[in-house]
Amino acid sequence: MLDAMNELLAGLPEPAGYLILTVAKILAIVLPIMIGVAYLTFAERKVIGYIQVRVGPNRVGPRGWLQPIADGVKLLFKETIVPTNANKFLFIIAPVLTFAPSIAAWAVVPFDDGLVLTDVDAGLLYILAITSVGVYGVIIAGWASNSKYALLGALRSAAQIVSYEIAMGFALVGVILAAGSLNLTTIVEGQSGSILHWYWLPLLPLFVIYFISGVAETNRAPFDVAEGESEIVAGFHVEYSAMTFSVFFLAEYANMILVSLLTALMFLGGWLSPFQGIPVLEDLFEPVPGIVWLLLKAGFFLFLYLWFRATFPRYRYDQIMRLGWKVFIPITIVWLLVVGVGVVAGIGPWFD
Amino acid sequence: MTFEELVFYFFSAILVFAATMVVFIKKPVHAALYLVLAFFSSAGVWLLLDAEFLAVTLVLVYVGAVMVLFLFVVMMLDINLAPLKEGFARYLPAGILIGLVVLAELAFVFLGDYFGPEQYPNPGHHPADYSNTAELGSKLYTEYFLAFELAAVILLVAIIAAIVLTLRPKRWSKYVSPEEQVSITRKGRVKLVDPKADKD
Amino acid sequence: MNKIVAYLKSLLLWELIQGLRLTGKYLFSKKITVQYPDEKTPLSPRFRGLHALRRYPNGEERCIACKLCEAVCPALAITIEAGPRQDDGTRRTTRYEIDLFKCIFCGFCEESCPVDSIVETDIFEYHFEQRGEQIMDKQKLLAIGDKYEERIARNRMLDAKYR
Repeated sequence: MLDAMNELLAGLPEPAGYLILTVAKILAIVLPIMIGVAYLTFAERKVIGYIQVRVGPNRVGPRGWLQPIADGVKLLFKETIVPTNANKFLFIIAPVLTFAPSIAAWAVVPFDDGLVLTDVDAGLLYILAITSVGVYGVIIAGWASNSKYALLGALRSAAQIVSYEIAMGFALVGVILAAGSLNLTTIVEGQSGSILHWYWLPLLPLFVIYFISGVAETNRAPFDVAEGESEIVAGFHVEYSAMTFSVFFLAEYANMILVSLLTALMFLGGWLSPFQGIPVLEDLFEPVPGIVWLLLKAGFFLFLYLWFRATFPRYRYDQIMRLGWKVFIPITIVWLLVVGVGVVAGIGPWFD
Repeated sequence: MTFEELVFYFFSAILVFAATMVVFIKKPVHAALYLVLAFFSSAGVWLLLDAEFLAVTLVLVYVGAVMVLFLFVVMMLDINLAPLKEGFARYLPAGILIGLVVLAELAFVFLGDYFGPEQYPNPGHHPADYSNTAELGSKLYTEYFLAFELAAVILLVAIIAAIVLTLRPKRWSKYVSPEEQVSITRKGRVKLVDPKADKD
Repeated sequence: MNKIVAYLKSLLLWELIQGLRLTGKYLFSKKITVQYPDEKTPLSPRFRGLHALRRYPNGEERCIACKLCEAVCPALAITIEAGPRQDDGTRRTTRYEIDLFKCIFCGFCEESCPVDSIVETDIFEYHFEQRGEQIMDKQKLLAIGDKYEERIARNRMLDAKYR
């Protein structure tokens, strides 16, 4: 299909054709994300319901499948309320500032061998930088709301995101060391071989820390002190309603999907088949396209997100800080040394 | 004008505007936000120079971490603006003088014989497979190894100094270590007593 | 030794994994949700819901305006005004109102009634669309009593042997 589109667009003048093709590619990435986000909220309610021995939403449409659409329509038609004395410009732009980075980060995410919008050399660095910008939306939202709860939530969230970014960054350094590249496609190719060649095994502590930091970065339970319903009502988005509110949630869920996908790419071999290297099964599953494996792996992490939320109580704020600074960062530094030694010594099958 | 120039002027215009606003705007939080914008646009300009590693690092470190903490502090401070403006007329001559000196120094450097555009011709673009990041890494760890390590040591000293200066002794805080809290068992806390009095 | 074990346990997230296992088990357990408007749980005959005023089988209203219910009502939800009836001069209520927003459904009115006139039915699905509708006047209460007399009588009978 892509080839056909390329041929079609080749007839157009150079910049226009390129522009249209790029916009089409962006849409092909963003639209599935938005649908994924909508149904992730549905999955969340269903999974948490099932864990709590309930059945979850099942009234709108067959078995509740139209629930996200009903939610979206409802939020769309509600009134956006701007609090008194709030800074109106910043108040409105804050959700956009949260949302834009969470979508922009997808520009360098490969979905299959060669199936990527822009194959940037420093892809991982780009993702790290862009996702760190997302914190501004939260801070500005908290500040512009002219509300004490919102400001407290924003401060908590800012401190949390900045601290866990360091642990996350160190975990990524481990991956970069192992793969010898910042390019996500190269990182996945470096894991080729079998399920034991994937980086989850040599980088096990980093894998666990990366995912937990990812949960903390996206402000999800049990690290959701930025929202903290029981202490600060809803944190930085107390004052938000209607579409501005839902844009925050779109960003949060898009970030969740991104973190899950990145974890799958960097530690679980991305689009590589788990049956690689096993004689009979490898041929049997040969026709399955790589993107299916990638989405399955990412789906597993998304399920973990929901499972965590249904299982763990919220961390106390000072303990979150302790976990980030005093536990994760030392462990990652120690394991970086281990990985460094492994890479220098060429310990196979990963580093040779 | 080529597309590249267009992008350059776009980013530069935003950069100059944001930098001016940082200085002239009254509210400190707005000034900090304009500074973020300035960092962002300068990262864009750096990208045009093929310095993608530096550009991304600028965003990651300055926009993603330093400015967040900056904003954090500015939001918490209750700055009264009136006293800050008090000595404006008194300090204006000194300010203008310093500005002129800086301007003269810049002119001296850029218009002089050793720097300036003639001395540094446009290096042109590198081929697509050229990795700025790898180049930078190998340069840092070979040619400039000593300087790099010295900078690292200075930073480490700064970190330790900051921690020591702000560290509060344990007797000032009521902190209970979570390890102790979670390792509590029933055995250590509950003592079963035989109530003899009930036997009568 | 215990400290090392505890340290290893926390490092390997042992307790967290145990928690996940427990919730994971519940994920597949049988769901106990009652699909409310389609399915309903059985109600006890003692259920205390919407109020009603009953009549004798010959159509005469039971209430004799003794005001015991008004006196016993802990929420002061009942207002009664009494007087002789126009045609036969018997003591009857001229006004009998229950404010359902005040009512706490304790059932004391029912207990105190010497003639089993004011009762609480097992109806709990009702709503108000306007302010003022929550005040149940005599007509409304009698109408409810007439409409659900069979249900009310059956529930009283089922519960009679425990009284």
